[in-house]
Amino acid sequence: MINKAFTQTATLWFMRLLTYCIVIVIGYILFDIVKNGLPVIGWNFLFTNPERAGAAGGIFPAIVGTLCLITGTITVALPLGIGAAIYLSEYARQGRFTQMIRLAIVTLAGVPSIVFGLFGLGLFVFFFKFGTSILAGNLTLACMVLPTIIVASEESLRAVPQGFREGSLALGASKWQTIYKNVLPYSLPGMLTGSILGVGRVAGETAPILLTVAAFFLPRLPHSIFDQVMALPYHLYILATQHPDMALVRPMQYGTALVLIALVLGLNLGAIALRIYFRKKYTW
Amino acid sequence: MVTSLETMKLSVRKLNFFYGNRQALFNIDLDMPAQQVTALIGPSGCGKSTFLRSLNRMNDIIDHTRVEGTILIDGLDIYHAKMDVVALRKKVGMVFQKSNPFPKSIFDNVAFGPRIHGQKDRKKLAEIVEKSLNRAGLWSEVKDRLEHGAMELSGGQQQRLCIARALAIDPEILLMDEPASALDPRSTSRIEDLIAELRADYTIVIVTHNMQQAARVSDHTAFFYEGNLIEMGPTTQLFTKPREKQTEDYITGRFG
Repeated sequence: MINKAFTQTATLWFMRLLTYCIVIVIGYILFDIVKNGLPVIGWNFLFTNPERAGAAGGIFPAIVGTLCLITGTITVALPLGIGAAIYLSEYARQGRFTQMIRLAIVTLAGVPSIVFGLFGLGLFVFFFKFGTSILAGNLTLACMVLPTIIVASEESLRAVPQGFREGSLALGASKWQTIYKNVLPYSLPGMLTGSILGVGRVAGETAPILLTVAAFFLPRLPHSIFDQVMALPYHLYILATQHPDMALVRPMQYGTALVLIALVLGLNLGAIALRIYFRKKYTW
Repeated sequence: MVTSLETMKLSVRKLNFFYGNRQALFNIDLDMPAQQVTALIGPSGCGKSTFLRSLNRMNDIIDHTRVEGTILIDGLDIYHAKMDVVALRKKVGMVFQKSNPFPKSIFDNVAFGPRIHGQKDRKKLAEIVEKSLNRAGLWSEVKDRLEHGAMELSGGQQQRLCIARALAIDPEILLMDEPASALDPRSTSRIEDLIAELRADYTIVIVTHNMQQAARVSDHTAFFYEGNLIEMGPTTQLFTKPREKQTEDYITGRFG
């Protein structure tokens, strides 16, 4: 007999099954990468230059390159994004204009990354003549993650109770004093963690860096921000699709994938740890 | 109104207030004498809070609002283009309905205002903090834990902390927006006692839902209804012999 209790249980199990399916898929991918990648990981692989088009040696320049891209992008995008969020939610008169800006930001978040790559190629590489360089790559990736940072920052600002602002203003604080002393300290942790979680994407993106910064094979460290770099996702792409002897470099592919995943995972764990720490510090 | 304009701390003339196209206050004329307590009463949505918040220009922070008319404090028009809002709010302190201590230490809460206004001397700040907490009747309860978070305090203590914070910038006028509405009877009576003590040094304007409270703490009472000031007078007179029918209906509990 089909009764309420049965439907309840059936629905519950169906939902549970769907969730497990997702976990299983991710689990399998991870398992496969770890199983095949782990044997390759070692001092040589992590800290030496690649040789013979990636068939031997390590991936050190690609790791450094990806770290450069992450830090550079955060440095450019975080102040810009937080500034825009402060303007939008604290200063701007709420109305049709701010709604349009928000719509533009959300749309920007949905633009495919290859389009950002082409945009960066046109604007930063050619028009500003930065060439294929870390700078051009950072700026391109910054454009790409800006929406994520703005949205995360605005959410974090909105989470600060209005009473903190009013209380401060009523004491004769100026608007900026209020934001600087009694809003930002409480919202900054949320902004940072939200942004870092978003920026994790930067580490894995291939299309935008393909056109603006990534080097096919460059077995040395970059000299300046106008230099090209290797990057983990692009290196992986090369090894997996462009290399003349794919079977030979298979372990290298797994190793690179594992390092990339570990990097993103580490970044996210860091963000979560940061959030837990600050949540304990500021509660209201 | 017999008293002349000169002895009035606050004088409001022909005040109209708009939220977008909706008018919330209509032609309010109201005088509030120095060193006395004026209570604003009326049913929810009657405009009493809006009126209170226009006295320190807190409504400025709400988008799409508009003010017409004049509000004079010590004879100066606070909506004049050259009025310094920061100076105004330093002179006109405010305590909110929902106590809003900042997620900082008790000390830093009270010191927030003085610091904003440039006081950096640690000793002076400590003096101000002690004096303000004393005035708010909170010193003896918190003096051993000034570095503790303000959020650890009880609801009634938090509200007295907010009063101490407002007093720390040495205002002349104190605006209170239903300061005891979220508190238990004991904390409420502490706040009321406090108002009676502060009356000697400050001009107090208090919005309250509680008519007994208005009767207990205030010298003058103004009754608002649907954005209009219906009646204003000495508290005893307004509660015993109201002139207007609407006032009588409200205070006898026939509506609102």
